[in-house]
Amino acid sequence: MAQTVLIVDDDRNIVVALEFLMRQAGYAVATAADGRQALDYLADRAADLMILDVMMPNLNGFEVCAEVRANPRLAHLPILILTAKGREAEKARGLALGADAYISKPFSTHELVELVRTLLLGKSEGI
Amino acid sequence: MLAHWVILAVSFGYLGLLFAIAYYGDKRADAGRSIISNPYIYTLSIAVYCTAWTFYGSVGRAATTGVGFLPIYLGPTLIAALWWLVLRKIIRIAKTHRLTSIADFIASRYGKDPLVAGLVTVIALVGILPYISLQLKAVSTSFNVLYTYHSPAQPHLTSLWSDTALYVALVMAVFALLFGTRHIDASERHEGMVAAVAFESVVKLAAFLIAGVCISYYLFTGPSEPVLDAINSPRLAKLMEMAAQPGGYASWFTMIFLAMSAIIFLPRQFHILVVENVNEEHVRKASWLFPLYLLAINLFVLPIALAGLVLFPAGGVDPDTFLLVVPLFAGQESVALFVFLGGLSAATGMVIVETIALSTMICNDLVMPVLLRLRSFRQGNLGRVLLTVRRASIVAILLLSYAYFRLIGESYALVTIGLVSFAAAAQFAPPILIGLYWRRASRKGAISGLLAGFAIWAYTLLIPSFAISGWIPAAILDQGPWGLELLRPQHLLGLGMFDPLTHSVFWSMLANVGLLVGVSLFDRQNAMERLQATLFVDVFRHGESDTRLWSGTATVADLKGLLARFLGGGNAEKALVGYAAEQGLDLRTKVQADARLVGFVERELAGAIGAASARVMIASVAQGEEISLEEIMRIIDETSQVIEYSHRLEEKSLELEQTTAELREANKRLKELDRLKDEFISTVTHELRTPLTSIRSFSEILRDHPNLPPEERQQFLEITVKESERLTRLINQVLDLAKIESDSVEWTDTLVDLNQVIGEAVGTMGQIFRERSIDLERSGPPGAVAVMADRDRLIQVVINLLSNAVKFCEPGAGRVAVRLEVRLNRARVEVIDNGPGIHPDEQEMIFEKFHQLKGRHDEKPRGSGLGLTISQRIIAHHHGRIWVESAPGAGARFIFELPLAKTEKS
Repeated sequence: MAQTVLIVDDDRNIVVALEFLMRQAGYAVATAADGRQALDYLADRAADLMILDVMMPNLNGFEVCAEVRANPRLAHLPILILTAKGREAEKARGLALGADAYISKPFSTHELVELVRTLLLGKSEGI
Repeated sequence: MLAHWVILAVSFGYLGLLFAIAYYGDKRADAGRSIISNPYIYTLSIAVYCTAWTFYGSVGRAATTGVGFLPIYLGPTLIAALWWLVLRKIIRIAKTHRLTSIADFIASRYGKDPLVAGLVTVIALVGILPYISLQLKAVSTSFNVLYTYHSPAQPHLTSLWSDTALYVALVMAVFALLFGTRHIDASERHEGMVAAVAFESVVKLAAFLIAGVCISYYLFTGPSEPVLDAINSPRLAKLMEMAAQPGGYASWFTMIFLAMSAIIFLPRQFHILVVENVNEEHVRKASWLFPLYLLAINLFVLPIALAGLVLFPAGGVDPDTFLLVVPLFAGQESVALFVFLGGLSAATGMVIVETIALSTMICNDLVMPVLLRLRSFRQGNLGRVLLTVRRASIVAILLLSYAYFRLIGESYALVTIGLVSFAAAAQFAPPILIGLYWRRASRKGAISGLLAGFAIWAYTLLIPSFAISGWIPAAILDQGPWGLELLRPQHLLGLGMFDPLTHSVFWSMLANVGLLVGVSLFDRQNAMERLQATLFVDVFRHGESDTRLWSGTATVADLKGLLARFLGGGNAEKALVGYAAEQGLDLRTKVQADARLVGFVERELAGAIGAASARVMIASVAQGEEISLEEIMRIIDETSQVIEYSHRLEEKSLELEQTTAELREANKRLKELDRLKDEFISTVTHELRTPLTSIRSFSEILRDHPNLPPEERQQFLEITVKESERLTRLINQVLDLAKIESDSVEWTDTLVDLNQVIGEAVGTMGQIFRERSIDLERSGPPGAVAVMADRDRLIQVVINLLSNAVKFCEPGAGRVAVRLEVRLNRARVEVIDNGPGIHPDEQEMIFEKFHQLKGRHDEKPRGSGLGLTISQRIIAHHHGRIWVESAPGAGARFIFELPLAKTEKS
């Protein structure tokens, strides 16, 4: 069964693009338009990786990240932070909060797909 | 008639009592428990101002000129208000520099110059002699009146040896010797004498009041009766008018002026007020207590004078003796005797203080400078010599006064002689007062002023007094010397509008002040003068006199020897040991004296022999090691500058504190702005990156997947184009807003018709409305609605509002209305939609940058988030207002108002 990638972004077009890329790479896809929806999804469904935007209404990416890490069930969910804020400080903050990787917008689609693949491989090796 | 022996016994008994008081006062002072150290004794001692002259003479003057007796009291009363300012400064200076006489004071101010000291002494001596002789005259006259009443056929001048005045002079001389010159004191203070003088002031006041009460109630029914009697008599009523004054107002004011200066600048007043002052705080109380004393002693002057005039209308009795004669007439011999004692008090008090003050000046400023030049006085103990000189001076002063009395005294009324002395003492006022406040007043200026003032005084007052008494030809008064009319002593340069006194004061003061100021302006002070001037003028600032005057080679032994020569070995030892203890020095091991010790010794010496002589003596010991005075001036100037500077610094630091607070506030605001700017840039970056991300992602997808199904491919291309447009719009609006906010927009404000503006905007948006099937209706007044505005910008605002409305309306069911109204002087535009409306919490925030509302179906709106912000800035620029009214679910109503153009509507 294909691994599921949860895509969280409030920009509809980006969600469309990411969804296309993930499906092409052979993953199942779930989407959420803000932090709240993402947590709601994770509450009763599983995901193998989360691509998380930072600037969103109703709980931003950092808050979601912190909350996910606080939940023992989700503590090992790989999180790829995706943000339009390109500053080093933001990147450090995201990693400190437990994100596994950090990529800024606009990104290279190849890079992104490779990163997702690596993270998911690492996860499955870990298990 | 009182028996001769009774009067003598009472007199000597009284003088004995005074001496006992003085002795007690000195003993207490030696024991360190002063009895005079309070403002009341100080005030009473100041009342030494009221001499026998005022005691008897004010009644005499009131009897001849009515209110003419008043100036002598009004002057001090008026000037007492300024004592705290002026007198306190003089006291502070005198204390700081150990100045012991008015000559010392003036000389010290003008560079410690011996010439100035000598000049002041001569003026004081010549000016005051008549005044002392006046006291002798008063005492002897009163004695004779008491003794010979009922047999007034007294020959005018008796032979020398039977003249009471001579004996009075001799007794007073002895008395002054006993009081004033028992020992030499470095501070020249005589506590016992002050105590006795204060006691005398009580006695003379009591005597006057008792006589007044007795005369008023024994001979009359009360003090008002003689006054009423006088008013009823046309002859006496004239006295109550100003016209009774010889010389009129001018003379009256001259006397007030003279009394003002006399209260401080008569040598004895200076001595009591300044030298004998224990604590300058006493000045505060004395400045209102003393006028009170003057008021009390004057209460009965008019009643007694008028009683005398009423009782002796024939004029056979000298009004100066009314105070004695009236009680005698009433048979009140004991009252008369008490009055005599009062007069005696007034006279002895004045004579003792005056002769002590003068003898100090003669000794220190006339004799010592000469003696110190003589080889034989260079060595040995001079303390004895000083005492001898002073004692001789006292005797000489009294004998000279007696001589003056024999020559002149009989031909002048008491008050007139007194005023001559006042006029002499007034010569000291300019150099002291101007010197206290004007740094540039110079030695040459002071000398010229004093010389000229004194010369004119002598020529216009003293010479005439000689002439009137027949001692020199009287013709000089009428024709002038050698027949030169312009030089007539009482009409100098033809000035005839004043009485002789005013005339003299006018000319002498004019010359004195004129030369002092004039010469000083063109004079260059030497360093010593400048130093002293600064120390005097700024006494409250510098405090202690600067002691860095000497350096070096003086040895402690030399200095000790010097002090011992003038003060005696014991006193010298005592002074130095006291100083050493105070400074924590061990003088036994110290060989070289430092500048401070030299300064101390100089001040001690100054107390004994005057500042000028002390300086000469110190110079003889501290050989040639005077630090350059220029140097000292520099130090002092620097000190004042530093003080000045620190004062200004204080003000500055206050200002600085304020500025700092303002700066802190501004900084806070700047930081806030900076934070907002950062946030803005961060937001802009985010907003730019988002569409860019889509564009790049889809471009890469399209590139990497050439075989996409056509519809998917079409969708992705569509997104790429839209996002490019969005990016462009965003960039444009960010730039636009930045331009508006940085004020670099060029506004082309013209008269604009709002109807046309709305029309244009609606035209532009028409296509979009039709595409979405949203209904658009317009309403408004038919004519033009003119506002002053930038046309394109207003269109931009309306388009922005319309596109917002479209965005939030349900396609197909949307209704948007644009309304234009004129309300009073404002034009109002409303854009109304039937969308979801805006929550009240958000109605303010939507005008903030990048604040975006959710569009339909939670889809993110495609706006930049800057449209409303820009609209608001544009409306604000045109002095208008934009806001939104809405209830959730009931649509939104955006409104802006602009002021109508001031021209008539066309």
